[in-house]
This record gives sequence, C-alpha cells and structure tokens, in this order.
Amino acid sequence: MSATSPLRCLERIGSQGEGLLAYLGGLGYLALDTLKLTALGIFVRPRIKADETFFQMIRLGVRAIPIIVLVQTFVGMILAFQLSPVLDDYGQLDKVATVVSVAVFRELGPLITAVVLTGFAGAAIAAELGTMVVGEEIAALRTSAIHPIRFLVVPRVIACILMTVSLTIVADIVGTFGGGLVDRYVLMRDPTAYYHTVLDSLLVKDVLTGLIKSGIFGFIIVLVSCYEGLGATRSAGGVGRATTRSVVLSIFLIIAADCAFTAMFYFLW
Amino acid sequence: MPTTSEPVLELRNVQKFFGERQVLKDIELRVAPGETLVIIGVSGCGKSTLLRTIIGEEKPDSGHVFLDGEDACCAGPKDLDRIRRRFGILFQSGALYSSMTVGENVALPLREHSDLDEKIIKMVVKMKLEMVGLRDFEDLMPAQISDGMRKRVGLARAIALDPEILFYDEPTAGLDPIATGAIDQLVIDLRTKLGVTSIVVTHDMESAFRTADRIAMLYNGEFIAVGPPGDFQNPTDPRVRQFVKGLADGPIPLRLSKTDYLADLMGTTADAP
Repeated sequence: MSATSPLRCLERIGSQGEGLLAYLGGLGYLALDTLKLTALGIFVRPRIKADETFFQMIRLGVRAIPIIVLVQTFVGMILAFQLSPVLDDYGQLDKVATVVSVAVFRELGPLITAVVLTGFAGAAIAAELGTMVVGEEIAALRTSAIHPIRFLVVPRVIACILMTVSLTIVADIVGTFGGGLVDRYVLMRDPTAYYHTVLDSLLVKDVLTGLIKSGIFGFIIVLVSCYEGLGATRSAGGVGRATTRSVVLSIFLIIAADCAFTAMFYFLW
Repeated sequence: MPTTSEPVLELRNVQKFFGERQVLKDIELRVAPGETLVIIGVSGCGKSTLLRTIIGEEKPDSGHVFLDGEDACCAGPKDLDRIRRRFGILFQSGALYSSMTVGENVALPLREHSDLDEKIIKMVVKMKLEMVGLRDFEDLMPAQISDGMRKRVGLARAIALDPEILFYDEPTAGLDPIATGAIDQLVIDLRTKLGVTSIVVTHDMESAFRTADRIAMLYNGEFIAVGPPGDFQNPTDPRVRQFVKGLADGPIPLRLSKTDYLADLMGTTADAP
C-alpha cells in the first residue's frame, strides 16, 4: 500500500489534469462552433435571431442592473475607506480619486460585474438549458434539424457578452461614484476636485483593458454555462449539478483569465 | 401493402452496446412506404434505444440505418439535417419547448425550414392544431396544459412540415381512452389520407391492433415476432402470448435482477445459479 501510494497520487494528479484538459477542450469546441455559427449568422442565412438575442439581453443583463449598481457603490466606498488612512499617512489624501477610479476601471468593475453576472446569467442559462435536456427539448430541436448551438447558444453568447461589457461600463462609473461618496461625506473633501482628479488620472488604456477583459469574462460565463447546461444528465439532480458547476467553474476561469490578461497587458501595453 | 417497393426505412445488422450490455442484437428491419409498423415490447427491451438509433440520436456500434436509401449513420451534419427535415417525431413527453406558446411550438419548424409568409404560417399552425383538436389553445404555454394535451401538441408540431415518415414514442401512454382513440385515429388518417409511413413504439396492445399494418415484438434486443396484427391475436410463441395477453406468469420474467435474492438480502454476494 505504502509503496504504491506515491504512484497513486501521481496517477490521480494525472487523471485530474487530463479531466481539466478534456473539459477545456470541450469548451474550445463549443467556442469554435459558436464563433463559426455567429459569423455564418451575420453574413448568410439562417440569420441570427435578433429578437431572441434582444430578449436574452433583457433577461440576462437588464435585471442585474440594480444589484450591480448597489454592489459597485459598496466596492467603491470600501476602496476609499480602506485606502484613505494609508494615503493620509503619506499626505496624499487627494489621490483617493486616482486610486479608486484606476482600481475600479481596470480591475474591480469588470471582475465584480462578471462575478455577479455568473450568479445571474450563468446560473440561469445552465438551469434553463439543463431543463431543456431533461425535457428532451434539445433532442427535439436536433431531430427537427434545428442546430441547438445556432438556435440557443449563439443568441445567448451575443447577449451575454454585450451585457457584461455594458454593465461593466455602468459598474465602473458607479464604483467611482461610490468612492466619491466617501470622499465627500466622510473625508469632507470637495466633490469637484474628486471629479477632476478622476478625469485626469484615467487613461484610455485603463478603460479599454478593463472593457476587453469584461468581454472575455462574459464569453467565459456564457460558454461555461451553455456547456454545463447542454451536458446536464437527464435528471433533476443533473440540472442542479450543472448549475453549481457552471457557477464555480466560471468564477475560477474568470479569475484565471483575469490573471493571464492582466499579466499580458502589464508586459505588452 | 406494397412490400416489394423500395423500403423507406431499412436497418441492417444494427447493434448497440451500453458498456458490457448489448441492448440491440443484430436488428434487421424494412419498412415499406405508407406502412404503419408498431414495435411492441416490455419496458427495458430496447424499444426506445431502437427508436433513438433510427432517428440518429444514438449511433449504432455496428450496422446501418437507411432512410430512403440514404445511410443516416454515416451522413454528415448537413445531410443528416436534410434527411431529418423529412421526418417528424412525437416524443414520449411531447418535448414541447417550454419557453414558447403552443402556437409557437408548432410554428417553429415552419419558421426555421420554410420561407412561408407569417400569415400562411399562422394558418398552417391553426390547421395542424385543429387536427389534434386543440386549435383554441394556441396562446397557452406548455406548462398550462395537461400531459395528454402536450402530447397532442407535440404531434401537431411533428406533422407541421408534412413529413413522409413519422416516429411515435409511446404516443398513447398516460392518455385517457378517448384521447388514445383520437391519436390512433390520427395515425390511421395520416396513413390513409397522406400516405405517411409511421413507426410507432408502444406497449399499448389495443392501440397496436387498431393502427398497425404490421407488428414487431422486441425482446432482449431482438425481434422475436414480426407479422400482421392477425398473427398476434393468438400467438404461438409463449413470450409473445404472455405480452399480448398481459399475463404475469410466463417465460418473460418480471424480475430483472440477476443476483440471488436471498444472498443479496444477507449481504453475501453470490451470482444466481
């Protein structure tokens, strides 16, 4: 037993790694299919369903606006609270605006929005598609020669990416505003100074890298949740499992991608 | 019945395994145009797997499925879609799209596969729903109607594109006798009026006798009897007789477990003798 256990351990690591690779491969195939069908849908028939995409945008994104506004206000306030004593030590209290806005636009706006949308949109998509698998609806689509990826995944992918990016813009502004609240009412400073410092410190690069990342996060959320939903086993437990897995895996992949892209932007841009 | 003409559906040596278990053993089947073939058998005998293999939802491990002379197993996605456009399927649960109304469900195949005007589509939807007696239910959601009605809507959707072949998975299971009779009548009408070929999977003997041109009984993954309904009125094969008459005692065991009951209860694992 003891002689084999290191080997076993290695074996388990190997099989876990293989599982992860296979999973990422599956996601990759779905991504390729989706991109292909999206491109086809833009240029040739059958066209992308505009009304369905619009409906999904409302369903997946618009309903998340209140919660994102609330969460991001808190995030901006927390940043200002946490950083003002440190900045005060250095006599740099006027830099609260800089630190909050750069942190929110570059990192926290995209990230927190993506995490909230994972719970909102990702869980909803996984549960919905999983239920459709259970009810044989996906089989019914396939056998009536309607491609489930074209019919179900493509509108959701477009809607989810568009909404993640749009909501990130909202989140960026609201988060910076949250920091401004603390600056004005707790630190008792001039709001116009805060406003001008924000405009002065933000670079186009800060805004753009944040939005590019948020688009990628949106793609991860919708891809993982579609993959999990369509792969759900035909039972009520299967739908629950798919939903949980899609949330957990999306958050993991979002943060991993965040790390990778942030590093890339750091070195390249 | 014209059995000499080219078959619409042909299965050659179809085998299917789930792990170690062989679910379909060397299935051979030919269905002539306009024929109604009813496949009967006990639960778990491979009926649903057979149907899923024919419609391309499962790939056979060996053998071929020909639909109108085209090999559906080796067809690429495009060809498979073209073949699939010519057949309709009624799923056991109806498999309605739960996010669409009854009318939208029936309209979907038309919207996706035809260039028909929206006005014409609306008309066709009404006609198909009228055929299953549910014309006034167009605007309801699938969750708001009963199981039996969902199944009838599923049938309306299956015939939306006027298919040449129709597959029914347990069309009458869970329906009241009147609805059962209505579905049976619809199967017969589609055959006589439109010449639709039907493959019905069921364990409802009464409806099998009513609708079938030919009955095939599947047992343990193979056909043990194939013939006109008359052959099944007083069958000689004891297994067929047990099924048709619905007898609890006979060669077909009710208990499917292969391990010894007593040994299993006592926790000592021993295989059945």
